[in-house]
Amino acid sequence: MSDIITVKDLCLWYGSAQALKDININIPEHAITALIGPSGCGKSTFLKTLNRMNDLIPGVKITGEVRYAGQDIFAPGVDVNMLRKDIGMVFQKPNPFPMSVYDNIAYGPRTHGIKGKAKLDDIVERSLRDAAIWDEIKDRLKKNALGLSGGQQQRLCIARALAVEPQVLLMDEPTSALDPISTGKIEELASALKEKYTIVIVTHNMQQAVRISDQTAFFLLGELVEYGDTETIFSVPVDKRTEDYITGRFG
Amino acid sequence: MCLPMKKRQSKIDPVTGGSDIRPPVLWDSLMKKQAFENFIYGVFLLLGLITVGCVLLITVYLIISGIPAIREIGLFKFLFGKTWASTAKTPQFGILPFILTSIYGTAGAIALGVPIGFLTAVYLAKAAPPKVKAVVSAAVSVLAGIPSVVYGLVGMLVLVPGIRSIFHVPDGASLLAAIVVLAVMILPSIVNVSITALEAVPQEYEDASLALGATPTETYFRVSVPAARSGIAAAVVLGVGRAIGEAMAVMMVSGNVANMPSLFQSVRFLTTAVASEMSYSSGLQRQALFSIALVLYLFILLINAALNFFLKRSKEA
Ligand SMILES: Nc1ncnc2c1ncn2[C@@H]1O[C@H](COP(=O)(O)OP(=O)(O)O)[C@@H](O)[C@H]1O
Ligand SMILES: [Mg+2]
Repeated sequence: MSDIITVKDLCLWYGSAQALKDININIPEHAITALIGPSGCGKSTFLKTLNRMNDLIPGVKITGEVRYAGQDIFAPGVDVNMLRKDIGMVFQKPNPFPMSVYDNIAYGPRTHGIKGKAKLDDIVERSLRDAAIWDEIKDRLKKNALGLSGGQQQRLCIARALAVEPQVLLMDEPTSALDPISTGKIEELASALKEKYTIVIVTHNMQQAVRISDQTAFFLLGELVEYGDTETIFSVPVDKRTEDYITGRFG
Repeated sequence: MCLPMKKRQSKIDPVTGGSDIRPPVLWDSLMKKQAFENFIYGVFLLLGLITVGCVLLITVYLIISGIPAIREIGLFKFLFGKTWASTAKTPQFGILPFILTSIYGTAGAIALGVPIGFLTAVYLAKAAPPKVKAVVSAAVSVLAGIPSVVYGLVGMLVLVPGIRSIFHVPDGASLLAAIVVLAVMILPSIVNVSITALEAVPQEYEDASLALGATPTETYFRVSVPAARSGIAAAVVLGVGRAIGEAMAVMMVSGNVANMPSLFQSVRFLTTAVASEMSYSSGLQRQALFSIALVLYLFILLINAALNFFLKRSKEA
């Protein structure tokens, strides 16, 4: 298994506050990497660095190196929009556009120049199928996406991200706003998706990390404390702080 | 608004929370407080009713004074007559020129002002650096505060001669001049209301679009603007209302002649038709002016209904 993303000595500041400190991590492809750690430890910040969504926040300063498929993503001349097309993102709160289900899915492909109804129809169906929601909403493609349940909305957002054929899917606590049944569906979905995609998922839920991830990275106060096989991390953590966190002694 | 609040208070006593035990010392002052509250509610209600009363008074007055002339002239002849000659020997009272001028003038102002105002709003709400935004917003506020007679004056001194020399027409005081002045006058409302609508678009929508690889510009126009469309529609309708109701500035630049509308001809609007003859009018002529005001009023009511519709929709969205 080769690494699709490699991160070297990554530091990030919001103004003068350092949010990430010397992060070194390699993310293997076709696997699920879970990021765990207490609130405010920099998980979302790290995730947003990978597709350069942090660029949008004024006052952010980044040093170090992030390579995606061997290419330095901060190098001048990198097409940020193409990077974001390759590295898709699913947010904590389901955020479908206030338009029809169909238009939500077709938004990305249209943005990247795909026209023609047949082609788009095809992409919409494939993406919804990949996100395991086709059967539920195939009769409601013309309905406003805001009318779906929270769990459906989140799977719609996953489908929307898949529609632009990304290589990597970043998910920031995708189930934290959902009920247990919807959460179960998204977890199943994530496990199925790793055949085709690489997934990096932030989760607050330790069981979730155990259930679905292959690697786990434990963040604390902006540092990557420990990173390794999920099984190893949760059974024989090396660092005392990791042990304290996963046994629920703080967090 | 006031009444239900009063009811709620009397249902559950704030001191006892509805229980039967009343602290006897507090009861007295509570009664006093309640009486004072009731008094204040009464004052609010009265003040609210003043507004409603004004609307009712104007409506009833306009209907009563506007109907007789229409009766005498005939509704069809009045609305669709092409000639207005109120002081001729055999006077004619057709207001189609005014109606069409008001409609064309407003449509022209919208066609010119909305694209400019809308794009300005998108830029200010989404793309402008804070300093630029501050300067432009200040300019927009100043524009909103300029009295219409000043617009008219500048239009008369700059625009009218300008049109005459650019288009080589005998008189620059024309529908075109009025359209340009109106377009500038409605800019502030269009910009401000559109900005409010655009700024209310949740950041999450824009993040989602950017994360799919859309550029910021694509994001503004394909996500933010559609999400704000009801508010933007409200801005346009507000502009329509301002344009159709404006009298002073258009009177000064439009030549004020009751022609059928044509871009380079002097024209007269519904508003200016009333304003320019009222002072010396009498008899049927005077009554007909009231009827014109009634027609104008109906237009405004219609626009208001549209505005409410869009505002309600944008709140729901
Ligand atoms: N936009 C921002 N501006 C300034 N500070 C921020 C911003 N976003 C996050 N932070 C700070 O960076 C740190 C890490 O936040 P975050 O990455 O959201 O943590 P997590 O996702 O692990 O809860 C926190 O201290 C947070 O306050
Ligand atoms: Mg977070």
